[in-house]
Amino acid sequence: MSYKLSVSPDYNPEQLSGWFIFNTWLQKTFGQAVHFDVYDDFSGQRQAINDNKIDLIYANPYDAGVLMREKNFVPLVCPHKKTDEALIAVANKHLAQNVEELDMGCRVAYTQDPSVQMMGMIMLEPADLNKNDVRPILCENYILIAKNLIKGQADVGFFLTEAYDHLSNLVRKQLRPLVRSQIFIIHHTLMIHPDMLAKMPNLQQALLEMPKQTTGLDALHNLGFDCWDAIGQEEMEFMIDVVDTLRS
Amino acid sequence: MKELKDMRPEDMRGDYQETVLTYADNRARRVLYTQEEIPYPEGRLIVSTTDVTGIITHVNQSFVDMSGFSTEELMDAPHYILRHPDMPPAAFKDLWDTIEQGKKWFGYVKNLRKDGAYYWVYATVIPNVRDGQIVSYTSVRRKPSRTKVHECETFYPTLF
Ligand SMILES: Cc1cc2nc3c(=O)[nH]c(=O)nc-3n(C[C@H](O)[C@H](O)[C@H](O)COP(=O)(O)O)c2cc1C
Repeated sequence: MSYKLSVSPDYNPEQLSGWFIFNTWLQKTFGQAVHFDVYDDFSGQRQAINDNKIDLIYANPYDAGVLMREKNFVPLVCPHKKTDEALIAVANKHLAQNVEELDMGCRVAYTQDPSVQMMGMIMLEPADLNKNDVRPILCENYILIAKNLIKGQADVGFFLTEAYDHLSNLVRKQLRPLVRSQIFIIHHTLMIHPDMLAKMPNLQQALLEMPKQTTGLDALHNLGFDCWDAIGQEEMEFMIDVVDTLRS
Repeated sequence: MKELKDMRPEDMRGDYQETVLTYADNRARRVLYTQEEIPYPEGRLIVSTTDVTGIITHVNQSFVDMSGFSTEELMDAPHYILRHPDMPPAAFKDLWDTIEQGKKWFGYVKNLRKDGAYYWVYATVIPNVRDGQIVSYTSVRRKPSRTKVHECETFYPTLF
């Protein structure tokens, strides 16, 4: 039987190879078969979570609550100094100078990433805009959000800050951020099913020591960070509680 | 819990008024306040955790920055040191009634800073449930809508 590794579908496409390398590292280190399952949409992955088809997951903050509290997943590590932040941007030529100037019926381009949607909607609240007050434009990815803004087909776009900062200069020059979140508390987390943890009891330690080996360090760099930080049960509970306050 | 200190004239920014607030635990304190509003910082969340009696056990940096108190002053202090005299007691009764039942509370709150100025927030308070027990409470505040704040500025005075 092989275990199943899965990654929240909000990964940057450039990092997909990084996850394959990570999976190879995992199998070599533990001598266990691990299959890397790629989901390209959130509902597909959520279904797999519900059907108990995932053993190890790099979970987004939004799904972490269900994984920990309903599926008993154990949090292991999160990427060092990398929190999830969102940003609301408009086209450079757009008239709005701040969020408060946005009106009812405002066209909002977003991806299906639930954490970014949540943070984006919160940052629209000061303008008295809720889900029902905006016209949603669901986009496949952040490039398409940028295109919608530049072409004047959307008023504002919700971006993962990291994704915005990775847009090409040419694209970014035509956009203007109205507000950036600075939450610092919310992050992705590598979480494991207790059955798999029983087979790999030293996994957390091994993850923390990844940067000490060349193969480990290479794998991490491909994922866009230098090392993992350990995360404890209570720290994770706290993050889930904070996310919970933001859902309403 | 810490000794409850009166607010001090030397901490005030500009002209201030004075009143005495008596809190739910029957302790009283001299409170000084000005008419200066400090805008909510863009994109931030102001977070704190209390024990089950409302004593502060954790604050984040945005909390420290906005309240004007240091982390040392805040830790172990009752959360009511931020209570503004313009906030109706009924709002906080509703807060405590709700969270003690294990439910989420949200509302608009005018908070008092150490320097007497105030800031409005949209606050959510939730019980932190561990192994089926409420072990603490966490509040996360975000930037409120101006319209809602104006509504509260008219409505809250009618609740006294
Ligand atoms: C987690 C948590 C956060 C709170 N945050 C605030 C706050 O920011 N400002 C405030 O005036 N009261 C806050 N309260 C309510 C206070 O505990 C208190 O009820 C209120 O200040 C009124 O004081 P009183 O109940 O002693 O009259 C908070 C309570 C909890 C449990």
